[in-house]
Amino acid sequence: MQTITQKLANPTRFMQLSGIVLPWIAGAAAAILCYGLFLVFAVAPIDYQQGETVKIMYIHVPSAWLAMMAYGLVALSSFGLLVFRHPLADVSAKAAVPIGAAFTFLALFTGSLWGKPMWGTYWVWDARLTSVLILFFLYLGLMALRSSLDDESTAAKLTAVLALVGVAILPIIKFSVDWWNTLHQPSTGLTSTIDPSMRIPLLIMALGFTLLFFAMHMKAMRNEVLRRRVKALRLSDIARRDGRTSQPTPAAG
Amino acid sequence: MDLGPHAAFIWSSYAIVGVTIAALITWLYADGRRQAAALKDLEARGVKRRTSVPSHADDNHAAGSL
Repeated sequence: MQTITQKLANPTRFMQLSGIVLPWIAGAAAAILCYGLFLVFAVAPIDYQQGETVKIMYIHVPSAWLAMMAYGLVALSSFGLLVFRHPLADVSAKAAVPIGAAFTFLALFTGSLWGKPMWGTYWVWDARLTSVLILFFLYLGLMALRSSLDDESTAAKLTAVLALVGVAILPIIKFSVDWWNTLHQPSTGLTSTIDPSMRIPLLIMALGFTLLFFAMHMKAMRNEVLRRRVKALRLSDIARRDGRTSQPTPAAG
Repeated sequence: MDLGPHAAFIWSSYAIVGVTIAALITWLYADGRRQAAALKDLEARGVKRRTSVPSHADDNHAAGSL
């Protein structure tokens, strides 16, 4: 009995399934995000200390979660490539990196815009901020490494190793606010540390962002499968033409 | 809608998120269309996929050709 990952190992089946699922995930993401924005701007209360600037939390926190979740997905996919040789593992890892980098950038940028009115500075070399910046550099490093190698197979393996080495940054980011004395507040826990009137909009925005991420990741994977088919066909075309030109021409007359 | 003294920070945060996500989605769709068009062109020219070369076929299979 095949597992779901084995069933999806076949790129053709993945393209069929994702072609069906993708519009639904994208539609759900759009609907949930619209509802979340309505809650944020029309329902959620202002913070007694931060006032209206707490509204930045509803995009900063989901971006930060996705920045880490995306890297977790890259590391998981890299593990799937190196250990199980799953045909779509590298496709998944390659597709997730630019999207993860974008959300890490958004986490840093919105955090900085939130920090200026609240902390009085756009940036401080705080443990949480610095470790997320390192995560951003890791993403850029993965993209740079991959684009510097022509051979797909070598690029896949080297980026997979780098991704797995870099996964150590995730617990550092997560626990930085506990291990070190940071300006950044502790984690926005999903249980007690935040009032339901703010927690529910935050959860809805996080769900919308997460669905959006998976929709974009699925689309990027589909693009990557097509890209590799195009590359294979081009190689085949070149081989065919070389085969034709290198055949010995019969002696004239 | 009055967002208080720091409204500029709030609106620019939402704006940068909106612009970045819109750019990501646009890039994904443009890339998808470009790959699909290239594939259609190759198939229209009758190009068929070669069976992968056995020398390191498992590597190719693991990461390269699909």
